[in-house]
Amino acid sequence: MKPFTYHRPATAQLAVQQVAAPGGRYLGGGTNLVDLMRSGIEQPEALVDVSALDDALTASGDGGWRIAAAATNTAVAAAVPLRRDYPVLPQAILSGASAQIRNVATVAGNLLQRTRCSYFYDQASHCNKRQPGAGCDAREGFNRDHAILGASSACVATHPSDMALALALLDARVQLQGVHGQRELALADLHRLPGSSPEQDTMLEPGELITAVILPPPSAATRQSSYRKVRDRASFAFALVSVAVAASVDADGRFEDVRVAWGGVAHKPWRANALEQHLRGQPPTARHIEDAIALELKAAEPLRDNAFKLELVRRTTAAMLADVAGEPA
Amino acid sequence: MDFIINGKAVSVAADIRSSLLDLLRETLHLTGTKKGCDQGACGACTVLVDGQRINSCLALAVQYQGRSITTVEGLASDGQLHPLQQAFIERDGFQCGYCTPGQLCSALGMQAELARGVPSRFTVGVEPAAGAPNTEDLRERMSGNLCRCGAYNGIVEAIGEYLAQNAQEVPVA
Repeated sequence: MKPFTYHRPATAQLAVQQVAAPGGRYLGGGTNLVDLMRSGIEQPEALVDVSALDDALTASGDGGWRIAAAATNTAVAAAVPLRRDYPVLPQAILSGASAQIRNVATVAGNLLQRTRCSYFYDQASHCNKRQPGAGCDAREGFNRDHAILGASSACVATHPSDMALALALLDARVQLQGVHGQRELALADLHRLPGSSPEQDTMLEPGELITAVILPPPSAATRQSSYRKVRDRASFAFALVSVAVAASVDADGRFEDVRVAWGGVAHKPWRANALEQHLRGQPPTARHIEDAIALELKAAEPLRDNAFKLELVRRTTAAMLADVAGEPA
Repeated sequence: MDFIINGKAVSVAADIRSSLLDLLRETLHLTGTKKGCDQGACGACTVLVDGQRINSCLALAVQYQGRSITTVEGLASDGQLHPLQQAFIERDGFQCGYCTPGQLCSALGMQAELARGVPSRFTVGVEPAAGAPNTEDLRERMSGNLCRCGAYNGIVEAIGEYLAQNAQEVPVA
């Protein structure tokens, strides 16, 4: 591991100044970054430890919540008001990693973790995300774990976060602190598709710091939200596919609010916009649900080893939407 | 760097790059804590920081200055094994023993989480239920600790029995 300087700023403003040093990187719980540093994939020259900054969970005036960026995954998953009003969020967090990791992993660090594509980790392989322009060995390689939606010729990696999927579903926003001030971004716009520059995971400006995640007020749909993760082992494994659903049915038995997000399928948390639009105002019949899923999957481009993800995400989504609507799965 | 390790104030010179695990093993010669995968996947390096379980291999020591760290060496007192250690012996909670220090610290961290009402994926309802977890829940909560010997049945029995007998016990701080 390359030597680095270590900084522990007392404020977000100070952190933003310190990270401007050459090779500056933010350090949260370190559960991903330290591993990447040890393997030489990340080589920061200055670590700015933001894990001791604000970690408070605060009620917003409008009924929503502000989750400060240094809150641990465990703290968020254990928060009773979130468990009551946004069950998809604790369910997603508790489906990820292990208790040891969740105890130190921060909210912002979880959002900014890197892909677990094995070609990204293996430095003997070509990877455009690790080394821009090097090529992508995953595209023609063993790509069972890779993307089926929104990928490019340069990159077929997926985003690994469970929590990010729940936050995208909940229309959360992220608060950012930069050198020139603060701004907010929809969480769904934080991560990006790979295009020709997969080395860039997010839309953050250089040195910008995530200071909080904002949850909009809860609704009937968020109170019935849920998360289902399909993986190779019963626990402590990344998703093959995962599905987050929030939906409510009105007095006429039609979808009033219906939101679906898919994990393990793309370079970012995948909000199924076409699916949602097709189902809104429709009765939750099996035919409508199947049509909507098929519509969303029309753009899918499976690779050699991962066509199974289409069927897996189709069945998982259909079962979850049927559950919300009170239909037998 | 200054730490409180197993109740004693410790001051050591260490490389800025040192993980908490390497600091414990190589610098302080507390070799009870084990290095398995060195990438947060196996749990053999689990220690308690202010009573919370973490993977010491993924922790930069510099980030934990001033904190109170408990390793497997800190569990027994006055020559008496910790009741959880005793339960592992009685229930055959190991074969080779390499994962055991991590299993022990992890289980004590889990006990503290249960006392604080931290839920698991299997927790039903908003307010986590009090009392010892069922086997499915216990296995889920311990899933960050692997055992290559496959002594899981003994491990789960040992921890389950310990929790049932020490439900009111204040966990290691």
